[in-house]
Amino acid sequence: MSALEPTKLVRPRASRDWSAADPGTAKSVAAALRRADFGDRLRSLALAAPLLVLLALSFGIPIVLLLSRAVYDPTIADALPQTSQALRGWNGTGLPDDAAFLALAADLRSNQAKGTAYELAKSLNARLPGARSQVLKTVRQLEAADRPPLEVMKAVPFWSAPGTWPVIESGTHSVTSFYLLSALDLRWNADGGIERVPPEQAIFVQVFMRTFFVAAAVTLATLILGFPLAYLIASVPKGLAAILIVAVLLPFWTSILVRTAAWTVLLQKFGLVNDLLLWLGVADDRLDLMYSRIGLIIAMTHIQLPFTLLPIYSVMRTIQPSQMKAAYSLGAKPFTAFRRVYLPQVFPGVMAGCLLTFILCLGYYITPALIGGASDQLISNFIASYVNVELNWEMAAALSFILLVFTLALFGIFARILGLDRLKLV
Amino acid sequence: MIAEATVLSADSAAAAPDARQGFVEFVDVEKSYDGRTFAVTRLNLSVARGEFLTLLGPSGSGKTTTLNMLAGFERPTSGVITLEGRSVDRLPPYERNIGMVFQNYALFPHMSVEENVAFPLSVRKTTRADVASRVGRALDMVRLRQFGDRRPAQLSGGQQQRVALARALVFEPSLVLMDEPLGALDKKLREHMQIEIKQLHTMLGVTIVYVTHDQSEALTMSDRVAVFNNGGIAQLGSPDDLYNTPESSFVASFIGENNTLEGKVERVSGKECRVALHGGGSVAALAIGVAEGAACHVAIRPERLKLAPASNGANALAATVDGRIYLGDHQRLLARLESGQLLTVKVGPEATMGNGEPVTVSCAPTDCRAFPADPGTGGSISKTGE
Repeated sequence: MSALEPTKLVRPRASRDWSAADPGTAKSVAAALRRADFGDRLRSLALAAPLLVLLALSFGIPIVLLLSRAVYDPTIADALPQTSQALRGWNGTGLPDDAAFLALAADLRSNQAKGTAYELAKSLNARLPGARSQVLKTVRQLEAADRPPLEVMKAVPFWSAPGTWPVIESGTHSVTSFYLLSALDLRWNADGGIERVPPEQAIFVQVFMRTFFVAAAVTLATLILGFPLAYLIASVPKGLAAILIVAVLLPFWTSILVRTAAWTVLLQKFGLVNDLLLWLGVADDRLDLMYSRIGLIIAMTHIQLPFTLLPIYSVMRTIQPSQMKAAYSLGAKPFTAFRRVYLPQVFPGVMAGCLLTFILCLGYYITPALIGGASDQLISNFIASYVNVELNWEMAAALSFILLVFTLALFGIFARILGLDRLKLV
Repeated sequence: MIAEATVLSADSAAAAPDARQGFVEFVDVEKSYDGRTFAVTRLNLSVARGEFLTLLGPSGSGKTTTLNMLAGFERPTSGVITLEGRSVDRLPPYERNIGMVFQNYALFPHMSVEENVAFPLSVRKTTRADVASRVGRALDMVRLRQFGDRRPAQLSGGQQQRVALARALVFEPSLVLMDEPLGALDKKLREHMQIEIKQLHTMLGVTIVYVTHDQSEALTMSDRVAVFNNGGIAQLGSPDDLYNTPESSFVASFIGENNTLEGKVERVSGKECRVALHGGGSVAALAIGVAEGAACHVAIRPERLKLAPASNGANALAATVDGRIYLGDHQRLLARLESGQLLTVKVGPEATMGNGEPVTVSCAPTDCRAFPADPGTGGSISKTGE
């Protein structure tokens, strides 16, 4: 703070209108001010530098690199240099000339020699389902070398099928929109326009919708549970409030995996929740809470409750009791006072809490994986599956990118409505 | 002013069920928060219509609890509070039609100045045109018309308090409560606002019950002051009554500046008594409920002490000068008695005594008031006015 003070002393002088009296002096004062400000900025930057470097190295750069894979995929172009060359003159309709077939045969053989044939097959398969086995079969036949390469190529019907060569051609360009479009269940059609994929292939739009629905449901549930609790904590004496806050935070100190596992114990068919419902007579039969949407929402609500509650509580705590007293004394009935005086003031906290929970819910992975059924998997589960199982990092990157764009857009809308400075995150 | 207030109250009382009742009445009101100790005990207080009554006392003396009970934020543990002859026991605060001004202003930060002032009208379903004109008039009254569309946070403390005043007055309540409304302001602004509130009171003829711990504020503004101590009223009277004829050592010390001498009552004769001071000497004083042989406190105002030899029966005490505080229009002389105790004597600006100079401090017995020494609230309480 003290480092800033010299500047503060200079500032009032600079704000006086010296330019009229003596332009030269005004200019030099302004220059001195800029120099002083620059020094201040440099100092604060230096203080933040280690963290910025760490963030850039461990967070910023990996994210950019990963996300760039959604649009930059050089695997095919690198694996098929001769084919790329040969396809340069192709107009994209019908089949390319025999030179292209020969070039592809040569590329396949050299890949086999380098041991990268399987990777190529996988990469092509991502864009062209079924391509993997065809590539590997062709490579084996080329290896056998009992026929000329062109004959081998022509003998495999796959290479003469209408959809094959356009995909190979698009693969020879390193920059591709294929994955991003796929992430939205879209594709290029033969005329160069964008169309929806056939319904039986469409999955991601539905998964995104499901993710947003679950996130919204959990946000609403945490708000309904959290708001009254936050109000209670904000209005009881300090000692009791501290105990209640600890009770709210207690689950925070347990790993999310443990909490999710605990819910699987509680929610299963012969678990405690079902026992209780039966005993109370609420349900006639044991409910399928595990591997269901409702079980997923219950478990996520439990985990997310503190995230919604704390920002609301932190705003409620700042509202002085005299505000409500004043409203009553001015003639407002309790509900009117709540609606017109209390609610508008806690609104930024409510928004911040809901936004936090909603955005965190969009990225849930472990809980849907363990508690949700097959039809309750959220977008993160698909991303994880592409990274870990399918080894299709391009698709994972594309889905992540779409999710990130949605999330940022949502945040932008909230910030626009509310003003970012009014968002009080705990 | 008191006479006038009483007349007003008598006029209105003609319509009230009980003609002798005040505008606001506290009858044997008690309040306990924990069931063992009382924040307010056996409170009996009557406020006349149009009166400016101040509840004055140190913190924890029960004045704010009293105000909160009247506003309806607290319910009396026992006793009855009536407003215009009707018990308000079951009336929630929003049905009492009492304006209230808080120490921290309690303006609604999310509303503009105009919306704040319009709030009590809008919850009363006043028509839009009526709201606009009344808000305009209320803001004119506190000279803030041009700040109508600002947020409270964009105003200074004094302006915020004026908005709070306008908001508490705009719905024309017959009673306005003020809970240390000037406590957060600096001295200059506070004095200015005291005059402004007093003028509004005179102009509107509204009844005001005002809480403060600042005795000079109480003296400046009030028709009557109720001095609170330990949950009850120590003394109720006009400012000059309280200043000139305090009935206890606590009131004498709490209101204005005061010298307290400790001693023992030697004898009581009629209204007067003689007190032997601890550390030597004796003074004649008015006996305010003291008994012979009992420990007592003698209270003397600094301006009643003179630097002159005793004449016709006045008390005289030998002292030496121990310091002089120059205050412009007068000086405060610190005189040390032989017992070691310091007395403050108000002297003219021309006095030039130096330290160590012997002086005789004298005063008339009628200016000395002897109170029973109360161990709880005796001379140990220093003046807390700021």
